[in-house]
Amino acid sequence: MADAFPQALAGPSSKERRYDRQLRLWAASGQQSLEDSRVLLVNSDGPWGKQSTGVTGVVGVETLKNLVLPGIGGFTIVDPAIVTEPDLGLNFFLEEESLGKSRAEETCRLLRELNPDVAGSSHAKPIAEIVKEDPGFVSRHQLVLISGPIQRSSLDMLCTAAKDNGIPVLYTRSVGFTSTFSLQLPGVFPIVETHPDPETTQDLRLLNPWPELDMAGARVMNLDSLDDHEHGHVPYILILLHYLDKWKRSHNGAVPSNYKEKTEFREMVRSGARTNNAEGGEENFDEAVAAVLKSLNPFSLRSSLREIFEMDECKNLRQDSAEFWIIAAAIHEFYKKDNLLPLPGSLPDMKAQSADYIALQNIYKTKARKDIEEVVGLVRSIEARLGPRPAEISEKDIEIFCKNASHVKVIHGRNIPQIDADARTTKIIKSNLTNSDSIIPLFLAFQILDDIVTDIQQGKIPDESLDDDVVWNTRIDRVIGVITSDNPAEIDEGARERIVQATQELRRTEGGELHNTSALTGGLVAQEALKVITRQYVPLDNTCIFDGVRSRSEMFKL
Amino acid sequence: MASADPATRWKYLYKALSKPGPFSDEDWVPGSETISALESSKVLVIGAGGLGCDILKNLALSGFKDIHVIDMDTIDISNLNRQFLFRQADIGKPKAEVAAAFVEKRVKGVKITPYVGKIQDKDEDYYMQFKLIVCGLDSIEARRWINSTLIGMVDFENPESLKPLIDGGTEGFKGQARVILPTLSSCIECQLDMHAPRPAVPLCTIATIPRQPQHCIEWAHQIAWQEKRKDEPFDSDDMEHIGWVYQTALERAKQFNISGVTFQMAQGVVKNIIPAIASTNAVIAAATTSEALKIATSCNPYLENYMMYAGEDGVYTYTFEAEKKADCPVCGNLARKMTVDPDMTLEAYIETLGERPEAQLKKPSMRTEEKTLYQRFPPQLEEQTRPNLQRKLRELVQDGQEIAVSDPAYVIDFRYRLIFS
Repeated sequence: MADAFPQALAGPSSKERRYDRQLRLWAASGQQSLEDSRVLLVNSDGPWGKQSTGVTGVVGVETLKNLVLPGIGGFTIVDPAIVTEPDLGLNFFLEEESLGKSRAEETCRLLRELNPDVAGSSHAKPIAEIVKEDPGFVSRHQLVLISGPIQRSSLDMLCTAAKDNGIPVLYTRSVGFTSTFSLQLPGVFPIVETHPDPETTQDLRLLNPWPELDMAGARVMNLDSLDDHEHGHVPYILILLHYLDKWKRSHNGAVPSNYKEKTEFREMVRSGARTNNAEGGEENFDEAVAAVLKSLNPFSLRSSLREIFEMDECKNLRQDSAEFWIIAAAIHEFYKKDNLLPLPGSLPDMKAQSADYIALQNIYKTKARKDIEEVVGLVRSIEARLGPRPAEISEKDIEIFCKNASHVKVIHGRNIPQIDADARTTKIIKSNLTNSDSIIPLFLAFQILDDIVTDIQQGKIPDESLDDDVVWNTRIDRVIGVITSDNPAEIDEGARERIVQATQELRRTEGGELHNTSALTGGLVAQEALKVITRQYVPLDNTCIFDGVRSRSEMFKL
Repeated sequence: MASADPATRWKYLYKALSKPGPFSDEDWVPGSETISALESSKVLVIGAGGLGCDILKNLALSGFKDIHVIDMDTIDISNLNRQFLFRQADIGKPKAEVAAAFVEKRVKGVKITPYVGKIQDKDEDYYMQFKLIVCGLDSIEARRWINSTLIGMVDFENPESLKPLIDGGTEGFKGQARVILPTLSSCIECQLDMHAPRPAVPLCTIATIPRQPQHCIEWAHQIAWQEKRKDEPFDSDDMEHIGWVYQTALERAKQFNISGVTFQMAQGVVKNIIPAIASTNAVIAAATTSEALKIATSCNPYLENYMMYAGEDGVYTYTFEAEKKADCPVCGNLARKMTVDPDMTLEAYIETLGERPEAQLKKPSMRTEEKTLYQRFPPQLEEQTRPNLQRKLRELVQDGQEIAVSDPAYVIDFRYRLIFS
């Protein structure tokens, strides 16, 4: 409301006009988070044997394109490669003149052209060297993007450094028609603005109206006395309250609770419509009838929120607890009082006279405001109990939390998955392998590729190994051994064949990228980066595989 | 600079085209034949906007050498958050020309021919020259037009007349890519009800009982403008016009105690703005061009026939085969069933055609086999058929009767069988 007036005459600024189409998705607050962030892209990690460039790094650059355009604060590209001919057949952010120059510098220069407000810098050295000289390097970024395959040692070093500094990591590989990426979130990652479908957040409280809503319902007790115009404009919420009251009087005060009763109740509402008119019915009654099955459900706490209330972070607050947990604890207290969440306060549009609708809307808004004030009070007493904190939690943040309370979410961050690092990961892979429709074999193919590249980079095997059947077959056997705890009979011949096929598809380009796959994957990875940075919508948890042969993707929690 | 050996520059693409994969067709012949088939394929891109910019880049880096692009629009500042081939200095210039020149300059050896205008300006001979067509449009109407045109072009004696249509569309974090083989697979028209228009607010709500800020904006735009400034054509790109609508809507909202009218909302309602971001466009554009590469080279199986993507909650895609409908008004041969209230007037029925998900026709004219029910043009016929508008459907047609509906936006007739409710 308040922000509607100051800009009345001026209209939007040129920045608001430039970003208009995205501000409609994440608002000024999301945009601010984006502009406050700097992203690190580690786009290759030295040559693969005689192959001087190693990773072609298109997926990394395409990801950055989709972050520079919406106005990320800044980016840093780390890429020791020199631009070669094959780069020009793949990478849009290089030109003929780039040949022989630093790929980091050239891609940085051409990406910066996309948005003058974005700062970009480049380093033409391997990441390990940079971090050795400047240990605080990683911590100066808010997100780390890695284009693989990358040596295991570099990956581990980056993931650890990021985790220690509370920075999320996205590790991506794109080869031929296929790709995969995983998101490592540091610790628990709460999201308040998950942007669920508005239909699913509607909370009208028709079965348990608070006194003011109850009174509004009571005021239309005598529907028969209304003239046709008035009758056709009673808001459907009040129609339902009216008939609920009638129902309760003939059912010992109980509300319609099962499907049969609700259908019966719906007929009761339907029969109240006047049909002696040109339309043969009334729109407001149609709306009331349509709302019966979806709006007359008793409130129940979503399991995801119940889990949040039970988490240690929520139950045992500390002086330095994040604001999210303090507000969550306050809302838990609010909930314990009468098993309800703060009212979101929004009312869907419905057939009604303007003044009647606004009056009803005000009843919802006033109650929502009252609930927020109550939660603010609870937050303040928690703050007082915990002792001095850097700043009081803003009322605005409490309000946003209250409005989204039913759908807030916490993701438990997991490490970048490795098949030999975590028994749980291995178990999930094994169980998915038995499903012949699953594209999990591609993940294993990428793991093998990582392995081979690490060995080539460390000089253990020649770079021709990238296309050597013996090398691949040995490693397929090893991976199957790891997954089955050295009992290969645990997976059938079909599963083995699917792994072999996945590696064959990957080997078609000998580890090289195809532009389309990398452009698509760069879009997906940027999408996840945006969600993580803005803390809006729900990011991937934690691995996505894209299969461009069959034009499909799958998500796994590995 | 001496041009290098293409096999070096296109090393990875050529590898994918020179080696069979586990899923490529057994009869597929990899190697130079496939590569030259790709490089000699002429493709058409419809739209040089959010999807179009990415599509052009991707096709150029997929080895296509002869690309045409059609777009009638000019560049606006609000395009710059995603249409990466355009810069501040390009504002006001035609999208097709700027996009074509940029990609041609960046990717050596590709020829991109722009056409600034409407797809409807071109005839069948024009569309016949392409191997396939990739669409990145924001208009359902334009999609339906190209769909019915390509289906009309199919000559079963001539396999070359069948032009695969690869279509992409996005809205916010969501989008879809689909492959249409005219007459052989489900078409845009078969799938029309999957993309239902948003229901319009009834005029009486806007005129007399507004409840939402959007209702006040619609009033300022549709009614107040007509009253106060009817001599000036309304231009949704003119900031002064939007500002006036915003101020007028604000006044009306105040009168009815409605809160929440903002400039941004006014602009959104008046221009029917759909949120759009670079990342979603990147996903969908590349999904379409990956299919274009597979279709042009047969190096892997292509999408049959629909992939939807939703990115609000994790990464969700769903790939399925949309059905071809026997009663599709464009590619089927049966009339589509439509349930109607026989007591509805013809005028009211015509109004519903704009909103019914399976029709979405704004200016329909219609006839039965025997008589014309309503005809908008020529004026004499309009006048002659106008009285029918006030008559009830049951007085004009029989239960189960077929009608043919035409609309100036499309070249074909739509056939519906009216079933009385």
